Amino acid sequence: MTLNQQTTIPIGIDELVARTAQQKKDGCRLVQIGCTQIGDDFEINYVFDKDFVLTNLRITVKQDTVVPSVSSVYFGAFVYENEIHDLYGIAVAGINIDFKGHFYRTTIKNPFTVTITKEDTSCQNK
Amino acid sequence: MSKQITVPFGPQHPVLPEPIHLDLVLEDERVVDVIPSIGYVHRGLEKLVEKREYPEYIYVAERICGICSYVHSNTYAECIEHIMKIEVPERAQYLRTIWSEYSRLHSHLLWLGLFADGMGFESVFMNAWKLREHILDDMEATTGGRVIQGVCKVGGVRKDITPEKLDEMVKGLKGMEPALRDLTSVFFNDASVSHRLKGVGILQKGDAYTLGAVGPTARGSGIGIDLRQTGYAAYGKINFKPVVEQSGDCYARCAVRAKELFTSIDIIEQCVKKIPEGPIEVKVTGAPDGEYFARAEQPRGEVVHYIKGNGKRNLVRHRVRTPTFTNIPPLVTLLKGCELADVPMIVLSIDPCVGCAER
Repeated sequence: MTLNQQTTIPIGIDELVARTAQQKKDGCRLVQIGCTQIGDDFEINYVFDKDFVLTNLRITVKQDTVVPSVSSVYFGAFVYENEIHDLYGIAVAGINIDFKGHFYRTTIKNPFTVTITKEDTSCQNK
Repeated sequence: MSKQITVPFGPQHPVLPEPIHLDLVLEDERVVDVIPSIGYVHRGLEKLVEKREYPEYIYVAERICGICSYVHSNTYAECIEHIMKIEVPERAQYLRTIWSEYSRLHSHLLWLGLFADGMGFESVFMNAWKLREHILDDMEATTGGRVIQGVCKVGGVRKDITPEKLDEMVKGLKGMEPALRDLTSVFFNDASVSHRLKGVGILQKGDAYTLGAVGPTARGSGIGIDLRQTGYAAYGKINFKPVVEQSGDCYARCAVRAKELFTSIDIIEQCVKKIPEGPIEVKVTGAPDGEYFARAEQPRGEVVHYIKGNGKRNLVRHRVRTPTFTNIPPLVTLLKGCELADVPMIVLSIDPCVGCAER
């Protein structure tokens, strides 16, 4: 049997920093922060681990929402927050190391918000 | 306070097999701040879920990395199988474990060679890569591929290994052990290696944990996190203890990898003894509807594959968090305060895989 219990908890954006600080206080490590586009909404998952139990705090935002940075709580969050900004165009306020859109070098701005159809071959053979 | 100057390190540097750039802020010869930059080899592979159906996307997942490629395909498959509640045959689970450990062996030997070469220890470099060839030969013989194996699929594995070949593999590994012991003892008992690595680039246990260090980078600082303990694939039926060192310096991170070579051989031997007869795959129909975070222990540490599906053949999202990506913040921390001359060794001591990190 695999030990990989995981729970997703939807939270409000105003609770984010406090809930993240609570995770740190509880002895959890930050596993990852990742974004998923669902229509016009963006789910951002803040995943923490303690003793192989995952807790996923999820906020759902629009692209023009300014998300507060949790890098003041977990220093290492800056890599994930810069990534989300560059790939999805979601602004993150107060990142400890802010690359201001230059973390990834991409030919398309916010490439993960552009939908590619199966028939679209424009990215091939270049 | 001395005058500060900024020295660019990378993206092209003799010790870097892949491009990462560090702006090193120096006071005299001491590093006081570090700004890392990546993004030179970002391919956007995760976006391809929109063009590739989930069974064929495993080939893309495997190409995230050219070293731990097998583990990516394995973790991707486990993620889909969990969402779709697919019971993978036990024999396939054991085969997956064997190939995962072969990946670890070849990755650690590749790293040892590169690390030794970075120090100018060329005989260790050549001997490590000579031994790695045996590992790659076995991987090629059993999967058909040296670098990209293409053997893992959703629902099981594509190829079986005969009992005769399994015995031959164990015999080969046991025969290799004395050479591995010689190689690692030459390296770790060498006075100049100790001088270059002991007490250099120290990552304290508390920092390693809160900064999100994983793999040998965390275990070298006394944190016994090893995802194999969760029991995925056949690891739940295997006895092993994570290798943990306490000193948190470059030497400790290197020693963890060296000792893990022998743990991997032991795990493979146990798997060969316990592997049951039976099918190696089950038929898979339908498409994943749900989400899951699958985790595995790659050679460099914990990898996370997140998948979200909506019941269609194309996934909504595949997100991968690789170990090197989460080891960047610890790298920034352990470089602060070091001497400029120690930077290459400290960077290599986390065994960075930038292609993997950027996907």
